[in-house]
Amino acid sequence: MNDFNRSRFIEIGLRFYVVLSFAFVFAPIAASFIFSFNSDRFPSIPLGAFSTEWYRAVANDPLVWDGLGNTLFVGIIVSVVSTALGFGAAYTDFRYRFFGKPVYMALALLPPTIPVVILGLAMLAYLSRINLSGQSVSVIIAHIVICSPFAMAISRLRLSQMDPDLEAAAWNLGASEWAAMRYVIVPFCLPAIFGALFITMAVSFDEFAIAWFVSGLNETLPVKVLGFLQGQVSPRINVIGTFVFVTSMTLVIIAQILLTRQTRETPAKD
Amino acid sequence: MPADPYFKKTSTRKMLGECPKMRKRISLYSLTFSLPLFIWQVVFFVFPLAFLVALSFWTVKNFRMQPDFDTINWVTMYGRSIFWQSYGLTFAMAAAASVITSILAFPCSFAIAFKLGPKARQLAIFMMVIPFFTSYLVRVYSWQIFLSDNGIINGFLALVGLEKIAMLNTVFATMIGYLTLCFPLVVLLQLFSLMFIDRTLIEAAHNLRCGRLRTVFEVVIPSARVGLVIAALFCFILSFGDFVSPIYLGGGDPTTLSILITDTTKSGQQWPRAAVIALTMIGTLLAVAFAAIRFAYKGREQ
Repeated sequence: MNDFNRSRFIEIGLRFYVVLSFAFVFAPIAASFIFSFNSDRFPSIPLGAFSTEWYRAVANDPLVWDGLGNTLFVGIIVSVVSTALGFGAAYTDFRYRFFGKPVYMALALLPPTIPVVILGLAMLAYLSRINLSGQSVSVIIAHIVICSPFAMAISRLRLSQMDPDLEAAAWNLGASEWAAMRYVIVPFCLPAIFGALFITMAVSFDEFAIAWFVSGLNETLPVKVLGFLQGQVSPRINVIGTFVFVTSMTLVIIAQILLTRQTRETPAKD
Repeated sequence: MPADPYFKKTSTRKMLGECPKMRKRISLYSLTFSLPLFIWQVVFFVFPLAFLVALSFWTVKNFRMQPDFDTINWVTMYGRSIFWQSYGLTFAMAAAASVITSILAFPCSFAIAFKLGPKARQLAIFMMVIPFFTSYLVRVYSWQIFLSDNGIINGFLALVGLEKIAMLNTVFATMIGYLTLCFPLVVLLQLFSLMFIDRTLIEAAHNLRCGRLRTVFEVVIPSARVGLVIAALFCFILSFGDFVSPIYLGGGDPTTLSILITDTTKSGQQWPRAAVIALTMIGTLLAVAFAAIRFAYKGREQ
């Protein structure tokens, strides 16, 4: 390695830029956390006194609990169903080649790239036509559409780390296809399956736009936040925001630890 | 996409006549795994979008929608100057956002790819994935705290004795919102294309006494072009469809297409007109995506 193009100054500058980028990305999350404990009604600096009054206000708001209940209900069903669907599609892509596969893959992966306003409008119009709008189940249906591609991608990554001969070996030893799935493939993919469960739950937990279009009165927590935003400035949003951040960060961190641990345990193959 | 080794091996197995069970392609087993997602996405993704097309030809009479085949919605919407104004504005803002985000993200992804050790790089990727999955809505609200007239930034300016700057409800604030939405994803996509650049190319350039900046512009950027263009494309798609930043940071004025859709949908029964806007947006996005991918692969595969 020659040192012709190395400059300490630029190296330090670039590293500083990375730190600055992370500061920009995490500033809103940090601000939400700090101001949720601030006694002033209108957030600014200098800070007011430390206070947990907004937490108490939120905890005593039955609407927030309703929203949280809906969010959890929707999130758990969405994560289980979309992980199952996504895993099936990933396995299909891994194992089979068939006519029209590009179309299949497009259907499996495209939904998150469609702007949520458009998907929200399409879902609202379509679901109200078949009498499924304005309920929790409408949110569940729509969220599975956008969450299963994430589960599919995560499962597919894990499957590509698997030696394809493992499955064939199981068959040769007399296992049925179902038994090979049950005792070979699923155990191998377990970290990815859990990772997908957590990631899809985080996606559903944070999705507000489609939910806002189709939910009617069964609002999820993020839709409640959208309502708050339209109304008054209230430090309560910071409290809910902190809660939302902590929850989805926990989910994503667990998922990432699961997914990076698995790659380390499996020696890289060429 | 890495090549799947499975299929190559299948053919060897076929020759050896092993394992007859796997010959059957269409079986209860294969359908159990492949069909559920397919059915779900056809019924709840393709059908709604197709229905949107039909809906755009419906008519509204006495505040009730009825099935019809009338081009009135298209004619009405396309005849309005406000529609074309917001179309131009939305397009320009999304284009600006993808250029600005790409430029601001590049030094960051470059540094992560080339200047950090493996451990630090993994941590940086780990950290960039987190905001992608944390509530964008709440992050935008949080930017209000920073940017409002009595917010953090103006509070700080007052402390050091400077005048207030009006930042909320400006295009600048909307851009901050777009940046919040797209920056982590753009960094990640750029990063993945930069990490796969053949390092020997860069070393070769350096050995040939190619300067630092020139190496970046003539070796690194051309080699990573596909990833960089796709990152910018995703930024365009996300900002083009976003309605949160233009409303809550940009103040809703001037109106973007996404605001037009939410307003038209939530205020009354003018869904067919909203469908016209949505379809125009999809058409635009498809055209932009097609052009971007053509550009990304131009001269690549000959």
